[in-house]
Amino acid sequence: MAHHGEHHYNLDQRFDFTASIKKSILTVLVIGAVLLGIGIVMAMTGGHHEEGAAAGGHAFHWYERLYASLWVNNVFFTGISIIGVFFFAIQFAAQAGWSAPILRVMLSLGNWLPIAGVLMLATFFVANHDLFHWTHSYLFDKNDPQYDKIIDGKGAFFFWPMEKGTFPVFYIARMVIFFGFWVFFFTKFKQISAQEDQLGGSTHWYKMRSWSAFFLVFFAVSSSMSAWDWVMSIDTHWFSTLFGWYVFASWFVSGLSAITLIVLFLKGKGYLEMVNENHVHDLGKFVFGFSIFWTYLWFSQFLLIYYANIPEETVYFVERLESDIYGPFVFVNLGLNFFLPFLVLMTRDAKRHGVFLKLVCTILIVGHWIDFTLMVQPGTLGHNGGIGLLEVGMFLVYGSAATFVVLNALAKRNLIAKNHPMLQESYNHHI
Amino acid sequence: MERDTHFILGVYDDEDVLLHAVEKVRSSGVKIHEVYSPYPVHGLEHVLGYKRSKLPIAAFLFGMLGTSLALTMQFYMMKFDWPMIIGGKDYAAFPDFVPVSFEMTVLLAAFGMVGVFLITSNLKPWAQPRIFDLRSTDDKHIMAIDIASNSSLEQEKIKEILSASGATEVNNKSFE
Repeated sequence: MAHHGEHHYNLDQRFDFTASIKKSILTVLVIGAVLLGIGIVMAMTGGHHEEGAAAGGHAFHWYERLYASLWVNNVFFTGISIIGVFFFAIQFAAQAGWSAPILRVMLSLGNWLPIAGVLMLATFFVANHDLFHWTHSYLFDKNDPQYDKIIDGKGAFFFWPMEKGTFPVFYIARMVIFFGFWVFFFTKFKQISAQEDQLGGSTHWYKMRSWSAFFLVFFAVSSSMSAWDWVMSIDTHWFSTLFGWYVFASWFVSGLSAITLIVLFLKGKGYLEMVNENHVHDLGKFVFGFSIFWTYLWFSQFLLIYYANIPEETVYFVERLESDIYGPFVFVNLGLNFFLPFLVLMTRDAKRHGVFLKLVCTILIVGHWIDFTLMVQPGTLGHNGGIGLLEVGMFLVYGSAATFVVLNALAKRNLIAKNHPMLQESYNHHI
Repeated sequence: MERDTHFILGVYDDEDVLLHAVEKVRSSGVKIHEVYSPYPVHGLEHVLGYKRSKLPIAAFLFGMLGTSLALTMQFYMMKFDWPMIIGGKDYAAFPDFVPVSFEMTVLLAAFGMVGVFLITSNLKPWAQPRIFDLRSTDDKHIMAIDIASNSSLEQEKIKEILSASGATEVNNKSFE
């Protein structure tokens, strides 16, 4: 509507993180922990595949499955978290006005980042050889029968400036620098936003735009490289030039889904009354559009490898498609992350009404988690992988913990950046 | 179909006045034939009570037609008409067909949508557009009221309603 009247919204509203919400999150956490426990016991007692050891490979230990599951969730929830900060920065770089009341929801996702960083480092040091084949020092020893020329050629990317096969200084440094800068930018955004609440005026907006631009440049490089480091290096021989974008797209869809779900959750509780179906429509369009973008990258990666048919490239898809364990999940992955959102969110009404969006966003978060499981498991667990109680339990534990941290941080400050210069534009947003 | 020829025109200077005027005129029971404006006025279709366009449905159907045509064409050519082995794949290798099917979907959806739009908007090349007031291509918004479809109201009454709603001029317009 074009009635540019005065709006009187409560801009000082705060999210009340009530005991009952806490209780439901903790219930999910406990259910997850129980499932995880049962899964671990099941993995310890049964399911040993000794033929692997007989065939000359290393014997499979139950805890490898635990490490792989930890790693999948580390990478996945780090992604959701950093996408919150990324999408926040995009709003300022693009000078977007529509999103002004939901900026703090986006930014709040970043609160998981420091924890995610610590968990990622810890998991790397504990899991080490069990997840990352390239950490074995014999691969770089020319006199060893297991010397690997290809990995030796890539060794400097992990070990520089140390000798190959020793301590992966460069790799660890990248991990620390990426998380360090991400947390730094996140804290900076939070600070500027808090100052804006106190002082008002447009200077903070300009400041935020500059910092956002710097962050986006850093993120463009770091998101791609972290995808190589944390996911692609598992299949050390194999590489794909668009893998960074592929992981980013998966992160982006999950992050957008998380933002949409939190916005709808808050609206359901009676907050954010200025966010109407027009804003929800925009979020829906992002989820819809970037699901297709993810599919575009998935297919681009697949088609070129399939068509060129070069063995060192096709191995990635052979491992997945020809496997009894992973084969079905490849199609589940495409079904949940492309066909479902594509068909359900195609109409305008579906993007404007919370029911469809809640359903699709929830499925997308699960779908992209399956996507990451498919990226990590074949290279680490081989034919001992799969999605069982252990994986589901770990997902619930991580998910509820991250939700708790994010909502807890959201409750500490005003829900809306009350002095954001574009709030008025956002009230009148109409599509 | 015989077109109505006698109209009353309200001339408006300002888009905000126009938007409120449309609401007022409609609520006093006058049916509006059409509003002409030099540029798209945001929210105008909303206050005029227009239903949402069905164009997306046409786009979807034409898109589906494109997908089916492309798949049929490729399967027929590659499997039956002139089978060829390309890159050691099957004759009917589905992944190979995806890019062409995608492009045909986009092509037919776009062409179909433009075609349907031109037809439903009466934009055929030989169409004779009726110009109610030349100033609607410059700086005035023109609200056209069809006298025949408002026969229950006196013409003077309609003119009063238009003036009261903020029209700077109220004119009669007849076509041959």
